[in-house]
Amino acid sequence: MSRKAFFRPLLGLLGLLACAALLPACRPNGGAESAADKPLPMLGFPTVLAPGDTLFPRIPAFSVLDQDSAVVTPATFAGKVYIADFFFATCPSICPKMQSQMLRVYEKYKDDPRVGFLSHTIDPEHDTLPVLRDYAQRLGVPTAKQWHFVTAPRDTIFRLAGQYMVAAERDSTAPGGAVHSGAFVLVDPQRHVRGQYDGVNEKEVDRLLEELPRLLKEMGPAPAATASK
Amino acid sequence: MAAAVSLHLALRTAGALLAGAAVLSACFTDRQNEGQRLYASHCASCHGEQGEGLRRLMPPLAGSDYLTKHRDQLPCLIRRGQRGPIVVNGVTYDQVMPAHEDLTDSQITNLLNYVHGAWGNRGAKHTIREVSQLLEACQGSDGR
Repeated sequence: MSRKAFFRPLLGLLGLLACAALLPACRPNGGAESAADKPLPMLGFPTVLAPGDTLFPRIPAFSVLDQDSAVVTPATFAGKVYIADFFFATCPSICPKMQSQMLRVYEKYKDDPRVGFLSHTIDPEHDTLPVLRDYAQRLGVPTAKQWHFVTAPRDTIFRLAGQYMVAAERDSTAPGGAVHSGAFVLVDPQRHVRGQYDGVNEKEVDRLLEELPRLLKEMGPAPAATASK
Repeated sequence: MAAAVSLHLALRTAGALLAGAAVLSACFTDRQNEGQRLYASHCASCHGEQGEGLRRLMPPLAGSDYLTKHRDQLPCLIRRGQRGPIVVNGVTYDQVMPAHEDLTDSQITNLLNYVHGAWGNRGAKHTIREVSQLLEACQGSDGR
């Protein structure tokens, strides 16, 4: 009798455990979903002010000119996330591939006021404003409303590339006279770098398309006027 | 016993076949589908993996009227590159195409013939000799 009394609560406990083990199975893709809910990391070398008080680098103030001759500063992207890259119009190697991948993202978020695009030329001598305007229009981007193709003095551009953690430098031996990485850089409204993607790699751009909505979710509900899908 | 002998025979035959295949493969060059591989490494970034081009920025090669209208100029276009406006299927394109001094005449031939036959294109193929002759127009033949 005493033995039975001992086992009964144990049996109950076992039952509870079994239920607990079964419960996660009731959620669709349990583990994957919780990973997708996690905020995107902040990239760059952090400054630790005090234990538990860490600052991640932010894109500093800049001022560049876009294809519509308008000044583009961080204020242009206030309250938005944006995707930055570095290219040049006569680049024969990776740029067309990059831009066709960027077009995938642009087409998906066209007219979504929460998302901006910023393509910097690293060949300001050749890529004047008319050249940038022509390039954008040929690519199917009629105005600079959402996708800015920008130029600035060369030093400014190359310093900016460093701040976006993108490799770019002049190289007279390379086709087109410059080498640069095809990275797409995802920047949040606080100007933190939240993602880096290889813009010539379709799979990496798939990852961007998957992570961008996660960043947008951080910003709260979309304004009623947006139609992202 | 008979079974053991036949198994032995089968193994030996298989071994001989394998050895034969290994010897045979040495008879073939690595140049099968060279045109396709050259296209992927030298052209696809701008003209697209399916020759589709890129909007109004990069001219298409699939279904391009330029290939038939300017067939004889194509070897020099690849050798020397292209600068200035060109019209393809009624659209004016104005990008810089780099020169390809690194390709041999026969590589240019393979590349052109791949493009002439890919993505529904039905262009007349080139011989290496013809390409070398056409390359004389831009002093671009390397005779290889």
